[in-house]
Amino acid sequence: MKVALTSRGDSLDVLLDSRFGRAANFLLWDAATGAVEVLANTQSLNAAQGAGIQAAMHVVESGAEAVITGHCGPKAFRVLKEAGVKVYLTKALDGHEAIRLFQAGELKEADAADVEGHWA
Amino acid sequence: MKIAVASGKGGTGKTTLSLALAEAITGGCTLLDCDVEEPNCHLFVAGEPWRQLPVEVTVPEFTNDGCDGCGRCVRACRFQALARLGKRVLVFPEMCHSCGGCVLACPHKVLREVPFGIGKLEFRHGRGFELISGVMDVGHAMAPPLIRQLKEHIPPEGLVIMDAPPGTACSMVMTVRNNDFVILVTEPTPFGLHDLKLAVETLREIDLPCGVVINRADDGVALIRDYCQEAGLPVLLEIPYRRDIAEGYSRGGGLLAVCPDLRESFRTLLNTQIPAILQAEGRL
Repeated sequence: MKVALTSRGDSLDVLLDSRFGRAANFLLWDAATGAVEVLANTQSLNAAQGAGIQAAMHVVESGAEAVITGHCGPKAFRVLKEAGVKVYLTKALDGHEAIRLFQAGELKEADAADVEGHWA
Repeated sequence: MKIAVASGKGGTGKTTLSLALAEAITGGCTLLDCDVEEPNCHLFVAGEPWRQLPVEVTVPEFTNDGCDGCGRCVRACRFQALARLGKRVLVFPEMCHSCGGCVLACPHKVLREVPFGIGKLEFRHGRGFELISGVMDVGHAMAPPLIRQLKEHIPPEGLVIMDAPPGTACSMVMTVRNNDFVILVTEPTPFGLHDLKLAVETLREIDLPCGVVINRADDGVALIRDYCQEAGLPVLLEIPYRRDIAEGYSRGGGLLAVCPDLRESFRTLLNTQIPAILQAEGRL
């Protein structure tokens, strides 16, 4: 199972990006091997509108089955939900902490977007 | 003659002036409230609309039959209004600019265009003028198509006054284009001057003649006068900064109820000043 974490950098040591659509990068963490692959979110960062929709599509295409992020807006959430990708929201500071909480079962699956469109 | 009332900065008196002009002119006119995100001319016109028309745009609908997941529709969309999930396409109508590109791009004809309501037009009889207001539904962001449909109701003859949205973005440009003249309303503040300059630059870019009305004119009025002189802009009128005008407006009375002496100034503005400017510029 692959999990996409929103990150400000390119490793689990770096701070998580609390935003989904306009996150700097996605870190694709492989639960089986622990390997981390960096997926740049440049296209969505530069999008005039619809960053969440585009980012969600990229995450779906990457094969991730779950997303760990700080916040998720309504349009991104709709795409992820329709694709069967689970969304976990966390206040964890970095990737290691987020994964520890995820593995311990302490992250609750979101059943709806937690922020309005165009948040931050 | 079609005249738009615009400003750059919001809250300078576009609606006040538009209504006063429409009331002052003899022989009737049509007033279009093009500030479709926050129309307010109707607050000064008694009664319910005698006619309402829905305003729709077209958006794609996914018909689910024969999609092979090629993704051409998503790549054609400049507005991220579509998301492809395997052999399915999700549509976000509120992001759509109704360009129809996705429908053209789809080789399997699984997208079709369907109507999508974004607001309505309201028709009211005012005091000596006809008011048509564009009203966008809450939650929508596509003002230009609504303004375009509102402007389709411009009568072929007679005076038309258009109350423009603030700013200098698409909705303002959509309002002022194809007008014969634009009146820019400003106030003697640094903010008013700054946004007046933006509006003037915009109008010069699209080659529309304009003049300035200084509202809330107080002892700081030289700020605007000096700029207008420098930029070669005619100052058409100055409306004084007076408490009783604000009070009258707050009661829904309008400018002419408090300052009936301005009626003649407005008539001169419309009948003499603007035609003279257009003639001098060789546009009439």
